[in-house]
Amino acid sequence: MRTDINKINEHTPHTGLTEGMQIFAAGTSKLFKTGEWRNDTPVFHEDKCKQCLLCAPVCPDSSIPVKDGKRGAFDLDHCKGCGICVKACPFGAIEMKEGVE
Amino acid sequence: MSEYNFKQVMSKPERLAPGHRMCAGCGATIAVRAVLRALHEGDQAVIGNATGCLEVSSFMYPYTAWEDSYIHNAFENAGATLSGVETAYHALKKRGRLPKDQTFKFITFGGDGGTYDIGFQSLSGAMERNHDMVYVCYDNGAYMNTGIQRSSATPMFADTTTTPVGSQSNGKMQNRKDLASIIADHDVPYVGQTTFLGNFADLHKKAEKAIYTEGAAFLNIMTPCPRGWRYETSDIMKICKLAVDTCYWPMFEVEHGKWRLTYEPKKKLPIEDFLREQGRFKHLFKPGNEDLIAQFQAEVDRRWEDLLYKCAR
Amino acid sequence: MMAIKERMSGNEAVAYAIKQINPDVMPAFPITPSTEIPQMVSTYIANGEIDTEFIPVESEHSAMSASIGSEAAGARTLTATSSAGLALMWEELLLAASNRMPIALALVNRTLSGPININCDHTDGMGARDTGWIQIYAENNQEVYDNFLQAYRIAEHKDVRLPIMICQDGFITSHAVENIELMEDAPVKDFVGEYCPEEYLLNPGKPVSVGPYSISNYVMEGRKNQLIALENAKQVILDVADEFAAISGRQYGLFETYKTEDADYIMLLIGSAAGTAKEAVDELREQGKKVGVLKLRVFRPFPAEELAEALKNCKAAAILDRCESYNGNGGPLGAEVTAGLYRKKIYIETVNYIYGLGGRDFTVEEAKDVFVQLEDSIENGTSVEQYQYIGLRKQEA
Repeated sequence: MRTDINKINEHTPHTGLTEGMQIFAAGTSKLFKTGEWRNDTPVFHEDKCKQCLLCAPVCPDSSIPVKDGKRGAFDLDHCKGCGICVKACPFGAIEMKEGVE
Repeated sequence: MSEYNFKQVMSKPERLAPGHRMCAGCGATIAVRAVLRALHEGDQAVIGNATGCLEVSSFMYPYTAWEDSYIHNAFENAGATLSGVETAYHALKKRGRLPKDQTFKFITFGGDGGTYDIGFQSLSGAMERNHDMVYVCYDNGAYMNTGIQRSSATPMFADTTTTPVGSQSNGKMQNRKDLASIIADHDVPYVGQTTFLGNFADLHKKAEKAIYTEGAAFLNIMTPCPRGWRYETSDIMKICKLAVDTCYWPMFEVEHGKWRLTYEPKKKLPIEDFLREQGRFKHLFKPGNEDLIAQFQAEVDRRWEDLLYKCAR
Repeated sequence: MMAIKERMSGNEAVAYAIKQINPDVMPAFPITPSTEIPQMVSTYIANGEIDTEFIPVESEHSAMSASIGSEAAGARTLTATSSAGLALMWEELLLAASNRMPIALALVNRTLSGPININCDHTDGMGARDTGWIQIYAENNQEVYDNFLQAYRIAEHKDVRLPIMICQDGFITSHAVENIELMEDAPVKDFVGEYCPEEYLLNPGKPVSVGPYSISNYVMEGRKNQLIALENAKQVILDVADEFAAISGRQYGLFETYKTEDADYIMLLIGSAAGTAKEAVDELREQGKKVGVLKLRVFRPFPAEELAEALKNCKAAAILDRCESYNGNGGPLGAEVTAGLYRKKIYIETVNYIYGLGGRDFTVEEAKDVFVQLEDSIENGTSVEQYQYIGLRKQEA
């Protein structure tokens, strides 16, 4: 009875909806690309990055993945371009560029 | 509680998935992520949520941003709802329907509307009954979901849509309710007030204590709202820093009745520094309104002195 | 099967059923006349007779909120309330149903303010009739006991998974001590069974999300699914009743008919007043009058077609509402029964009476007068007010 949300959309008949409109799955929002909302795009300059990670907790959209103490590339599928990380970075390793990448 | 190892904490698996519909630059999800990072790996959680921005944006059918089990019920009952879940946990454990080695923790999130105001009774009841749960208020100081109406958490003189500034009005006429103190007076095991600062050590430690102290715990987290407060979305960390350095938003905790300041500004800044950054206080800087700022400052000072007294006891 | 002969009140009967079921969690807040139920359950717990977790919540709204949390978490849950308590729960009743939470609620019917009054009528239950709950009403302590034992079997059935209200009349049934036949614990446990939901919040490694925001595109489809579940409940109620009859010897249906087979005039009503109506029927039958009583047990899902079928051969039916609905056209039962008749193209005479509000007595004489009025209208063509109060004091001419 686990939910496959790929099978649920705005044209699904009632028989295809889940009981009690519960979702029997986790983290399905990843399939919704909020990156399309973005006006400006953060650019990561890895060469300037000292891996202090101060950018990672300030992201409202969980779009700066950290693995084994090191940050990776921006998740541009979901980054909304708020720019908080730019100002949190003490080393100028993140820059905001106009437009969507 | 373990030592705060920032890099290690940041490397834990993310428990709030992206793809939620909160506004760009929203403080609420920054708070949620930080609180959930304090969950020990291997521990599961049931997350509760009062109706509000966070709820309508994080579980929009069929998209859920939650990696743990999640329940939204209504606006005014996040405390009661989670107390039911927590009690069920004990019942299932007692009756052997949940394996002994499976640990669940219970955390509920509510905005200041759902917490200070409409959900206050339900919160008070859950705290008094001392359920082993954490109630986290993400306090952005107004009903943001319905379009920036004043709440009892709104600071004095803020321009909101139900306390609009006009020729006969300087914004909200009343001071904000000090909810963290009120919950501390419930004599629950743990209360913490915090916001976003630096590497989030303060928030993390408080969240971990709140989650892992047996019994009811309350966390009040100031989560700026760029829409409602009217500042540049990218400035959130600056706003938070000014809030604590002006002593507008003191960081403290109350552990088993013992009050403790967890941050003291090296130099207490004038309240203007905090107010100036936000459009909702723009009218305070018009010539002739100096007394309003003085009034604001006096209230901040009075509350700060009161807190210092409580912490020195 | 050994039956245990006892004497107890309706509240004691419900509490005893709860004790035999030993549910997982009970959040509750006291309100007259249902207060005894959480009190008795608390006493059972205090004495180690059951190990249900009791949550002494700070309001009925929180009682239903905590019930939803507990049920969603995977625990068999119940609460009890009356009157203003149910009204305060109203928002949550809708959520319990739409989230598909098979919670049981022992409702001890009492009127709603104002004026504040603690006595029986059905204003509380009827006010919650469109919340998506199953509602089963009882005539006496025996029925409310039996209904409660069947409650979880109906609510938790995979084709249903909806909350259920087990209703009894405040004071009249809840506090009156009468004879009752109790079942032994073991057959009750076997009959009710263990609660094993498939998906729930506390299912390790299988997280679920409950209570979404939904855009318009999903709302109607969601409602339709909820309605289908409620419609499914009808057959499940009958199946569970048959199984229950096999172990108890007491058979229940969607409603009970009393001497209606050849009846020209039928009185249709809910709850304890059926006893009074039956007495009136017995007396009138002795005078050769063809009269009968139809006592509705299941109000939700509403058995519109079955009722229409049961009434189709009578000349006139009196439909009695213990509730004023302020629509100026009758009570809820009156409206729903006549709509059901119309849809089945059965055009018998009906008169909708309002009776017993705020605990007002309903006497055998008054019941007989109703039958006289029906007969008079049919036999003599006397015009009858289609919507009227029983026992209302009239100004002296």
